[in-house]
Amino acid sequence: MTTVAELPAGFADKVLSAQSTFRSVMDAMARPGSVQRIAAVSGTPGTMMRGTAAVALTLFDHDTPVWLDKRMSATPDVAKWLKFHTSAPVIADSSISSFALIGDPQYLPALEYFAFGSNEYPDRSTTLILQVESLAQGPSLELRGPGIDGAVILRVSTQPQDLFERLAINVSLFPRGIDVVLVDDDAIVAIPRTARLAAREG
Amino acid sequence: MYVAVKGGERAIENAHRLLAHERRGDRDVPEVSLAQISEQLSLGVDRVMTEGSLYDRELAALAIKQARGDMIEAIFLVRAFRATLPRFGATESVDTGAMQVRRRISSTFKDIPGGQILGPTFDYTHRLLDPQLAEGFAPEQPMTGEASMAATPRVTDILGRDGLIEPSPEAEADSIVGDLTREPLSFPADRDLRLQNLARADEGFLLALGYSSQRGYGRNHPFTGEIRFGEVEVEFMAEDAGFAVPLGAITLTECQMVNQFKGSATEAPCFTRGYGLAFGQSERKTMSMALVDRSLRARELGEEVVAPAQDEEFVMSHSDNVQATGFVEHLKLPHYVDFQSELGLLRKLRKEFAEAAEVPLMQEAAE
Amino acid sequence: MNAPAYNFAYLDEQTKRMIRRAILKAIAIPGYQVPFASREMPMPYGWGTGGVQVTAAILGPQDVLKVIDQGSDDTTNAISIRKFFGKTAGVATTTATNDATVIQTRHRIPEAPLHGGQILVYQVPIPEPLRFLEPRETETRRMHALGEYGLMHVKLYEDIARFGHIATSYAYPVKVNARYVMDPSPTPKFDNPKMDNCPALQLFGAGREKRIYAIPPHTSVVSLDFEDHPFTRYRFDAPCALCGAGDSYLDEIVTDDKGGRMFVCSDTDYCEGRQSAGHRGSESAVPHKERAHG
Repeated sequence: MTTVAELPAGFADKVLSAQSTFRSVMDAMARPGSVQRIAAVSGTPGTMMRGTAAVALTLFDHDTPVWLDKRMSATPDVAKWLKFHTSAPVIADSSISSFALIGDPQYLPALEYFAFGSNEYPDRSTTLILQVESLAQGPSLELRGPGIDGAVILRVSTQPQDLFERLAINVSLFPRGIDVVLVDDDAIVAIPRTARLAAREG
Repeated sequence: MYVAVKGGERAIENAHRLLAHERRGDRDVPEVSLAQISEQLSLGVDRVMTEGSLYDRELAALAIKQARGDMIEAIFLVRAFRATLPRFGATESVDTGAMQVRRRISSTFKDIPGGQILGPTFDYTHRLLDPQLAEGFAPEQPMTGEASMAATPRVTDILGRDGLIEPSPEAEADSIVGDLTREPLSFPADRDLRLQNLARADEGFLLALGYSSQRGYGRNHPFTGEIRFGEVEVEFMAEDAGFAVPLGAITLTECQMVNQFKGSATEAPCFTRGYGLAFGQSERKTMSMALVDRSLRARELGEEVVAPAQDEEFVMSHSDNVQATGFVEHLKLPHYVDFQSELGLLRKLRKEFAEAAEVPLMQEAAE
Repeated sequence: MNAPAYNFAYLDEQTKRMIRRAILKAIAIPGYQVPFASREMPMPYGWGTGGVQVTAAILGPQDVLKVIDQGSDDTTNAISIRKFFGKTAGVATTTATNDATVIQTRHRIPEAPLHGGQILVYQVPIPEPLRFLEPRETETRRMHALGEYGLMHVKLYEDIARFGHIATSYAYPVKVNARYVMDPSPTPKFDNPKMDNCPALQLFGAGREKRIYAIPPHTSVVSLDFEDHPFTRYRFDAPCALCGAGDSYLDEIVTDDKGGRMFVCSDTDYCEGRQSAGHRGSESAVPHKERAHG
């Protein structure tokens, strides 16, 4: 059994680390496809990346039910760490989660298992925090939409690659939809529901 | 030569200094103490605690002093402080049936188990200004007697045993109590949120709405089943310990209105309820609240919504005096940019009107 | 007594988290009003509590804050809010539009073009553009859900039928990203075109009404109009009397009780910048700092 003392640490400076992490996430969401860095440092349980841990410490609390994929829930480390540092309830029903932590995109269930919000309250949707292999190398993805001056190219490597085709569901659902934050170590990229995605050569 | 206006910062500082000076008033007159406010203006303190949503007599007294007796300003001060406090959870429901009653009356029965207890009340006083009170008046000691050990069951519970009144709707045991200070209101709102909104609502606003329902705008035929005022225990479930820990006692006023029966083809007629609860001795507030609570149950009880007091969005969106006073008073802020836009538009419209009608307008001096 | 102790930027961390989550949703759904559990702030509702909460949730020690009201850094409410953040967050403040990273505003968008490193935070009194056509939240929410904005077009068209053109001069409704009709806050319609394809992030906070909404950078913002009655920007007849600018929004100053008027820039930073660059109007004078008030 893990004791509290053995749990990986949270932020050393809660206030300022949360502020700087939030600004990175906000900039990422406001500029889809742009790579933002997480400067704040904390411990990381299990297979959780630095960026994921910082986002969790910044945005989760007892008002945000969190769903974990198979990789994140492989050991109780992640759930214990989340519970201790954020008080967020870890739940089994992904359809009522505020956030879903995807440690390995191969375990990403069909998007219909998450909350899309309603047309009246499209904000009542799940935000996916998804760890990928790389946000520097890999196939090119072109993004267009609000927050982007024309078009932007993102290079991202993840399995399965059809994730971005599946996100096309956002086009027909809007204003309902799923917002995604991709994490690679301390780098993050946001793909809000407004982003229009297309694979590009090179 | 025109010089742009500057110096707002110093103006603000000086205005606040002047305010502090005016607040103190004539410095030859002794300063009022928080204890004096708390003890001698106690109903004002009760109101500030109730509408400020914070049970703390000392802070409420401080707020009244700081606000120079402006109750809404005092409520605002308490609310702004409350907003910064950490929230540990919700207490167990208080049991008003077990209240240490200081006053308790029913208008629906001549006598009730435990008795009618008049207690400290303005009722039946003749409203004649009392010159004795002007200064140095020591009132007679009140009469005392043995405290009665008799139970004082709630009148609505007595009616309830015979099924004459609808059961008080019970929340599900594990359902979370709504809190509109933490979740923004959405409509339709459940009764827990409606009651919270009404408890924080401006007393005058509820009084007027309750009054309007009595005058026929959504009439619901109320009787005062009971008003009780006294102390109740507050307990908090400590999850670590596994049992409820007593936090202390608070003073509450509770009003239960008994309203005209209703019935349908499938349900026997019975009386319905309206509920009011407030900190301290706040009878007008709880009575008004109970009237409006009953009015707002129109949808739930299958009544047609025809009057303002029955209109949930109207009542709940306008009941909060801190919100209301902020928005009304914000009209004091500069609006000259928008006004300029309107001036420009109005001049244009008037010019077009004059051209079309070929009527000369009074020439604006500036043009 | 429970003596108060306040956090960085006043708000407690739990409140900031709640507001931050709302801001992220607002950015993801441009123009949609996200409900949030607005707190009682130490200034009155209607005096910028929404903007103040948004600013407090985003502000960090590296930021440089500018606060304007009616375009001016020196109006009393702008000073009061700037001092509040100077005191509770210790951030650097400025009056120079170009130097600011966060600009909180009431009723104006600065004249100087905003850049990508900036966030413009609007104070919003009534966030619902349909509110004066339909007072019920349940109804307006349904209209937004269905994208059913006929009521707004009817209102604007009634103006045209009556006055010959649209008689809305401020808080002029816009459509964001071709989906949500949005209230730009009570800015004069002169400022509407600045919102379109703006490189800065625009955040809107309505404290009393408990709503946050956003326009991401480079997002389409179109003022509602009709083909035969296109949106027009308000135009002034004369340039600024202090700096000679012919492209800025002007305040009308009543100079005497005999009908004397002059027109000067509402954006004081813009006007002062032009004057120090040598531009002159018909009435130029060096503006005083800190004129004593009796």
